Formats: sequence, structure tokens, C-alpha cells
Amino acid sequence: MATPTLPNAPTLAQRGRNIRRNALLMGEVQGQGYIAQALDIADVLAVAYFHAMRFRAEDPAWEGRDRFLLSNGHYAIALYAALIEAGIIPEAELETYGFDESRLPMSGMASYTPGMEMSGGSLGLGLGIAVGMALGLKRKNSAARIFTLFSDGELDEGSKWEAIMSAAHHKLDNIIAIVDVNNQQADGPSKQMLGFEPLVDKLEAFGWFVQRVDGNDLDAVVGAFDAAMAHGEAKPRMIVADTLMGKGVPFLEQREKNHFIRVEPHEWQLALSALDAGDQP
Amino acid sequence: MKSAGTPSAKPRLTTSAMIASIAAEGQRTKPAPFGHALVELARSREDVVGMTADLGKYTDLHIFAQAFPDRYYQMGMAEQLLFAAASGLAAEGFMPFATTYAVFASRRAYDFIHQTIAEEDRNVKIACALPGLTSGYGPSHQAAEDLALFRAMPNMTVIDPCDAYEIEQIVPAIAAHRGPVYMRLLRGQVPLVLDEYNYRFELGKAASLRDGSDVLIISSGIMTMRALEAAQALADDRVSVGVLHVPTIKPLDTEAILREAGKPGRLVVVAENHTVIGGLGEAVATLLMRSGVHPAFRQIGLPDEFLAAGALPTLHDRYGISTAEVKRQIKEWLR
Repeated sequence: MATPTLPNAPTLAQRGRNIRRNALLMGEVQGQGYIAQALDIADVLAVAYFHAMRFRAEDPAWEGRDRFLLSNGHYAIALYAALIEAGIIPEAELETYGFDESRLPMSGMASYTPGMEMSGGSLGLGLGIAVGMALGLKRKNSAARIFTLFSDGELDEGSKWEAIMSAAHHKLDNIIAIVDVNNQQADGPSKQMLGFEPLVDKLEAFGWFVQRVDGNDLDAVVGAFDAAMAHGEAKPRMIVADTLMGKGVPFLEQREKNHFIRVEPHEWQLALSALDAGDQP
Repeated sequence: MKSAGTPSAKPRLTTSAMIASIAAEGQRTKPAPFGHALVELARSREDVVGMTADLGKYTDLHIFAQAFPDRYYQMGMAEQLLFAAASGLAAEGFMPFATTYAVFASRRAYDFIHQTIAEEDRNVKIACALPGLTSGYGPSHQAAEDLALFRAMPNMTVIDPCDAYEIEQIVPAIAAHRGPVYMRLLRGQVPLVLDEYNYRFELGKAASLRDGSDVLIISSGIMTMRALEAAQALADDRVSVGVLHVPTIKPLDTEAILREAGKPGRLVVVAENHTVIGGLGEAVATLLMRSGVHPAFRQIGLPDEFLAAGALPTLHDRYGISTAEVKRQIKEWLR
């Protein structure tokens, strides 16, 4: 169980920094990866795991846990970083990232990793699974909730909209979905690939309770999670999180093509140093 | 069986669209065996839920919906959602029976089944109507390649039942098997054939239904029914035909197939309601080649083309899977 109110417990800002650090260390192991996404979503994951979600680090399959569905499987590096910070994955496994026989493959898969609830990689699957899980949890009268993260690029997939309609149709108020709007897809800026704005209006018209926040403003993200969890209507909840690719490492924030980045060996230390420097009050 | 006759003497047959029965006129049938068997199963297993994508009535799942309305999920005409949500329900400990037409499961929702059900090893049972050529509506509803696609999917058990008697045994059998299953479904008034053959369905097992010394037909699904009819007709012409029924396409009962096909002196014919590419025929051929068993070998199945629209009797004749055509082809091969 997350206990952010304990004295001496790390702050969410420290959690976010630790998640970024874990992700950078894994990136260094492979010399490549979806690092910029991990950096942009670290704050959202810090709030999800250390403010909102109920889980037991020593028992990742605990029946009462809140489920986390990583629909954008290429963000696995970010989720592993959070799972390490949460104590679900031992920190020592960090250096196995992406190597043969590792439990931490580059793309997230349910059968490999404790705490990974679905197999992503093929985009547009997560919200459909969330609908089934939410129906199942209601059948069991479970108070557990489903948090699911997906990317703005996934809004291109028709299956996402099937699930968006379905979650509202079945009044699945136990789903809290977060869409990472970093405006970056494989071929370029998301909004130039297949426009999805005005996203809040669209999702509200589809019957969701929607909030849009700066996904790198911790207070705003905490407020959005709190409001989503406390909301009274029988509607699924969506948090549209606008984020900055590479957040926290200025030279990666500014790199133009940062969907899948390769970083020179000497740059990893620079990135870690930049992260630490940025964290100074 | 009607004779061929001249074209002008033939009755004008209407399109066989979403047919309510594959049965021939006068054939014994049983109504909605899948729906009734599922209700029976659900009485003793509370984890069973039913799901469909706007085809409850057309997959006999409406029988289940009437009996257990609160365990029935209408997902709308959204097959990608149907199977992803089935995975989610299975992840929460339920056993979804998810139904649609075979074309939509195999073609439209393939990746969703592959990734969320097969790869994640979810206990989902997929039951699909209009398998192979059982609609004259055209290629949109003719699932000529469903077995090939699901055979190619790791972790998937694939079943092609013959009749009502078998379907009602398959339902509890696949529930007892933990893991994803794809089963073809016959719905509505379903022919009743195998009750006269002292037969029991066993998952992964083939069954010899008839002995014969000249020809061995290895078949699945409705082609077993056709094979038995053709064997009877050929017996009148003093051709002795054995029939090995192989309802489980994957995993294949290699032992039974090698034992039967290895008996000397018989022409081996694989008959399937499926394209000749990637189905039971090629599975058997590969097995025989691999095992050094080399009988004379022929395939009866659908051609590698988009099939025509029209009346099923016409189409089954045209594509060689009617009883008369099975008989004719075998006689020709024996010449």
C-alpha cells in the first residue's frame, strides 16, 4: 500500500526523479529506447503508484490491488522504472533490461514481468481489456479500480473508440484512463498524423468525465487523480495529460526526433547529471 | 439425394444468406445445441459468462442470455472490443464464451485474439458461426480460411465439430480445458448424425467412425457428415470407404492419423469445409511426409479463390464438398 503521508516518505517529486533515473539507467544498458516518453510520463506514474493506487509490493497479484494496464507497451521502460521504485521489481534487475532471458523486455508483456498486467506493443488493446476487467471487477463486487495509460497516437486506432464507447455504455466508473499527449508518433507530430482535437470535447461527448492537465505539473496531476477518484457520476474517467518529451533532461527535451532515441555512451552521464541538476531547489 | 438433371429442370434456389440450418431436407436435427449446452454448463459453473458482438441470436447465445441475463454481455458490433474485453474478464477469473461469425473473429479481430487472448494465455472460448462455406452471402461471410489462421496462432486449440451431438459434448470439454479455444459453430437446427456411431467427443482425439479397405477419408466438421453419406453411397458401388473423424484440428491426433493412414492399400482423402490452404488437409499431408508415411493422397476442400454467392447446394456442388461430389471425385480417383 502506498503511504505518502508517512514522515520521511519520499515526496512525489523525489519519486518522479527516481523513476526518471531508473529509466535512464535502463536506457544506458541498451544504448537506445523510448527514453523521452519515460521522462515525460514519470510524473504521472509517480502520482499513480505513490498517491492513487492500492498495491502490495510483495504480492503484485494481490486480488484487492488496483490494476494498471500499460496499453502503450513501448512505455515499458517507464513502467519498469516505476515498478522498481515501488519495490515490485528488484533494483538489481535494472541492468538486465532488454537482454536475452530478462524479465524486462523492451515491449511490455504480461507473461514476463510482475506488475505488468497486459501485453502491449500492438497499440490500441489496453482500453478494450480495461472494459472487460472493469466488468469483471463489478461482477465480483470488487472495489479495485483500473488505471490504464495509453498514448495520443493510439487515438488513431478504431479499437480505442470502440472501447471509449463501451466504457461509457456500461457506466464503468472504475476505469481511470490517462492519455499521454506528447504530440509525438513514429512518423512525426501526432496532430499531423491524424488529428484528434478537440479531445476533451470529444471524450465528454462520448460520455466520459474528462480533465486536461499539464502532465508534468505534479500538483495538477495529483488534483486530477483525486478528482477522478472522487467523481460521483457513473462515468469512466479520463485524464488528458499534456507532457513534454524528454522532460527533466534539457538536451533530450530539445532533440527534434525523440520518438525512439539513441544516445551516445558519454551522454547518459550527462543526462543523469542534468536530471540531478534540474532537481536542485 | 437429387439427381443432377438438366439446368431447366432444376428448381430456382434462393440465396443461402445467414442460414438457420445446414441440414438437408428430412435430416434429423436438434435445435441450438451450443446455446443449450452452455446453459447446462453455466448451471454448475458460476465463472461462465457469455459475450457477443451483435450476433447473439445468430450464434444461439440468446438461449444463454434468456437463462442468465446478468451473465450475458452484449458488446455491440465491435469485434476488436469483444475479444479484448473477453481477455479482461478472463484476467479477472471468469470464463467468457465469446461469439460472432467466423469471418469476424478470424479476419477482423485476429490481432486482438492473438495478443490479448492467445499470448496472454487467457481462458477464453471463442465460438463462431458460419464456418467455411456455410453461407451463400459471399466472401464477406464465408470463413474459408478460419482454421488456417487459428492453427497458425500459438497456444490456440482449434475445433471443427460435425453435428449437434458433438457440439453439446464439446462445450463442457473445452470448459474443462484451461486455455484459449476456437470452435466452429453450427447454429439453429443442427444436423444429428454421430449419435448413431457410438461416438464420444474427446479433446485432441480423432475417432474412426467406419472401416473400409479401399479408401480412408480423414475429415472434420460437416465434411464428416458428407464423408459418411458418401461412404454409404460408395458401398452400394462396392467401394469400401473408412472414415476417420478429426474434430480437433489443433492439437492434431497424430497417432490416430498415422495409424489409420499407415494401413496399406488405401487411398487417403482429406475432406474439409475450408480452403485447401493451411487447414486439415495440409496438416495431415505435412504429418505424413514428416513421418515417412506415403499413401496415395488427395484433398477435398474449397479452392483458393473468392467463393461465389448463391444457394448452398449449388455452391457445395460447384466447389466439390457436397456428398454427390465427394462420391464422384473418389470414384474418379480410383479409376
